[in-house]
Amino acid sequence: MSTAIKDTQKMIEEVLDAYPEKAKKDRAKHLAANDPSGQCSTCQVKSNIKSRPGVMTVRGCAYAGAKGVVWGPVKDQITISHGPIGCGQYSWWSRRNYYNGQTGIDTFGTMHITTDFQEKNIVYGGDKGLDLALHELRGLFPLTKGIGILSECPVGLIGDDIEAVSKRVAKEFKFPIVPVRCEGFRGVSQSLGHHIANDTIKDYVLGKGTLETSSPYDVALIGDYNIGGDAWASRKILEDMGLRVISQYTGDSTINEIGIANKAKLNLIHCYRSMNYICRHMEEEYGIPWMEFNFFGPTKTYESIRQIAARFDEKIQQNAEAVIAKYKPVMDAIVEQYQPRLEGKKVMLYVGGLRPRHTIGAYEDLGMEVVASGYEFGHSDDYKRTYPEMKEGAVIMDDATLYELEEFTRRLKPDMVGSGIKEKYSYHKLGVPFRQMHSWDYSGPYHGFDGFPVFARDMDMTVNSPTWDLIRRKK
Amino acid sequence: MRQIAIYGKGGIGKSTTTQNLVAALAEAGRKCMIIGCDPKADSTRLILNRKAQNTVMDMAREKGTVEDLDLDDVLLKGFKDIKCAESGGPEPGVGCAGRGVITAINFLEENGAYGDDTEFIFYDVLGDVVCGGFAMPIREGKAKEIYIVTSGEMMAMYAANNISRGVLKYAQSGGVRLGGLICNSRKTDKEYELISELASKLGTQMIHFVPRDNEVQRAELRRKTVIDYAPNHPQADEYRELARKIADNKNFVIPTPITMDELERLLMDYGIMESEEAAV
Repeated sequence: MSTAIKDTQKMIEEVLDAYPEKAKKDRAKHLAANDPSGQCSTCQVKSNIKSRPGVMTVRGCAYAGAKGVVWGPVKDQITISHGPIGCGQYSWWSRRNYYNGQTGIDTFGTMHITTDFQEKNIVYGGDKGLDLALHELRGLFPLTKGIGILSECPVGLIGDDIEAVSKRVAKEFKFPIVPVRCEGFRGVSQSLGHHIANDTIKDYVLGKGTLETSSPYDVALIGDYNIGGDAWASRKILEDMGLRVISQYTGDSTINEIGIANKAKLNLIHCYRSMNYICRHMEEEYGIPWMEFNFFGPTKTYESIRQIAARFDEKIQQNAEAVIAKYKPVMDAIVEQYQPRLEGKKVMLYVGGLRPRHTIGAYEDLGMEVVASGYEFGHSDDYKRTYPEMKEGAVIMDDATLYELEEFTRRLKPDMVGSGIKEKYSYHKLGVPFRQMHSWDYSGPYHGFDGFPVFARDMDMTVNSPTWDLIRRKK
Repeated sequence: MRQIAIYGKGGIGKSTTTQNLVAALAEAGRKCMIIGCDPKADSTRLILNRKAQNTVMDMAREKGTVEDLDLDDVLLKGFKDIKCAESGGPEPGVGCAGRGVITAINFLEENGAYGDDTEFIFYDVLGDVVCGGFAMPIREGKAKEIYIVTSGEMMAMYAANNISRGVLKYAQSGGVRLGGLICNSRKTDKEYELISELASKLGTQMIHFVPRDNEVQRAELRRKTVIDYAPNHPQADEYRELARKIADNKNFVIPTPITMDELERLLMDYGIMESEEAAV
C-alpha cells in the first residue's frame, strides 16, 4: 500500500474519531482512500444503503428522484404531485431543466400541479379528486400529450388505486397517463425513484411513439436533463458529427421522443445512475446497444466523440475529426486563458448522479486537481467507474455528512468545493469558495464546447473572487 | 368522568352490548356518551332509533375541512339524553378509516363535546386494533378502561387475546387498563368456564356473562335497545347487571396475553378442540 493511501486512511480515521463507536464503525465503510488500480481491498466504499440517523444526510427520496429528476422535465406532459401540498411546492422546478415552448400552452415544465390532499382525502381516499384533476387539466390544457401522477407518501399508505384511475382515464383521453409509485418512504435515497420512473417509461411510453423516417445515424441522447441548456450543447456536437438525435430525454423532451427511443441505432447515456435501467431494457428487449459518454471538458469530449464515431461508419468518423479540429483552437484558447489562474488549485466534490466522476476531466483540463469526491446516492457501479478517474490517495465519500465534509475541508484545504444548496451556505460561512454543482449555481450550460467556456469562467470566478479575501477563513 | 373503550372481534356484538349497557346506565340516571369509532357508523343506531346521518368525517367532507364543522352538526342526543357521535369514514376498500377515527376524536375533544357533567364516555371501536387509528381511543389521556367483548368461539378468543396485546403496549406507555371480558354468549360448549379461564389467564375477570336471547334481535329490528323496547324482559336485567358491574368495577389490570399454543391448549383442556394425537 502506498504512503498516499496510508496517509489518507489515517486522516479519515482521525475524522471518524469524533463519532460514537457504532456510528464510527458504520461511517468507516463509506469513506476510503482511493486506489485507482483496484488492488487495495480496503479502498472500496459501501454504498446505496440506509443513511445513519442523526448524521444529517443530504439525500432526497424516491419522489425526488422520480418527479424532480426523471419525469419533471418532460415538457409536453403535466406532472401531478399527488398528495399534500409540500412535496410539490418544494420540488417546484428546482433543477432549471430548460425547454423550448409556450409554457401553459404546449409545454408545462415550470408549472406546479398538485392534488393538495386534505384530511378528507386521506380518510375517504384521493382517487375521486385525482380523476377530477385529470379532467380539469385536460380541459385547461388541451395540448398536453400526457399526464404523470407522482405519488407522495400518504397515497401509498392509504392504498389508493392510482393505476386503476390512470388506466380508465387514459382510455378516455387517448394519451399516456402514467402512475408513478414513488412514495418517499421507499428505498434509501432518490435513486430508487429513478428506477421506478424508468420502469414507468418502459411500461407506459416506450415503443408507443411515432417516427416517420429512420436513418442509420439515429441516436438517442438519454439521461441529460438540460440543466442550464446542457442537452442542447451535447446535441449540437452529435448533430455536427452527422448523427440524428431522434430522442433526447428527459431534458427538453416530449412524450413522443421518449416513445421512439427504441428506434435509435445507439443509445448514448449521459447520467448512467438515473437512466441505465431503461437503456438496459432497450438492449434486452430491442437489441439496442448503449454507451456512456462524457462531454465535460475538451479532453473527455474529444475522447467521447471518437468513441461514439467508432460505432458508426467512416463518414461519421471523418465528421468527428472535423468537429474536433473546428473546436480545438477555441478550447485551447479557453484553457490558455484560464489555466494560469487555476493551475494547481484543489477541488472537493460532493454531488449526485455522475458529476463526482464526470467533471473531473474538465477540472483537470484547467490544471485543477480533484482531491476528494463523493456521491449522495451512488451505487457500487458508480464507484467502480470513479476509482480510476481519481488520483491515488484521494478521498472517496459515500452519503457524506456535513461534519465529514467540513473536516475534510479543514484538512485537505481545497481551493474550491462543489456541492449542493444544502452545503452552500455553511461553506460560505467557512469562507471557502463554493460552487453549487447540482444546477450549476444558476449558470450553465457546462456540457460540450458551448459549456466549457462557461464552466471555465465560473470556476475562475469562484476560486479567484476577491470576496473570499474579505472573509476570515476558519481554521 | 370515566372513559371506556369497547373492543372485540368483528360481529361479536360490541355495538349492541355497548348500547344496551349504556342505556341501562342512563336509565339509572347516569350521564353517558357514545362515540362510534367505526366507518359503518352503527354504534348509536339503537340509542338514536335511526342510523346517525351526520358523522364527523362525512360532515367534514361536505363542508371542506374538519375546522369548518360545528359541534351541533355531529353531536346528537338519543334515549335518556345519551350523547352520541360517530366518527364515520370511507366505504370499505378506500382511504384510511384509522385516520378518520383520529381526526374525529380530536375534533370532539377540542370542541368540548364531552362537557363537564358527562360521567361515562364509551368508545365503540371497530374489530381489532389493526393500526394506530383504532388505538386512538386508548392513547394517553383518553380511555383508561377497556372491556373486550368475546364469546366461546375460538376466533373470538383469539381476537380477545390479540387485543390484549395492543392494550399491553398502551398500558406500558400510558395508563390504560383492562377491566374485564364481557362474554356475549353464542351458546358454545362450556362457554362460561372457558371464558372465565381465559379471563384469569389474561390476568382479568369475566365481568359478566350475557346469555343469548332473541329479544335482543327483536329490539334491534325496531332500532331499539332491550332496555328501551322491553324494559321488563329478563334480558334487560342482564344488561342492567352488566352496567352495575362496570359502574362498580375496581379490578383494572395490565393484561398478560398468552401465546397461540397456550390458547389452543386451553381449548383442548375444555374438550373444545381435539389434541393432534387424538385427531390422528
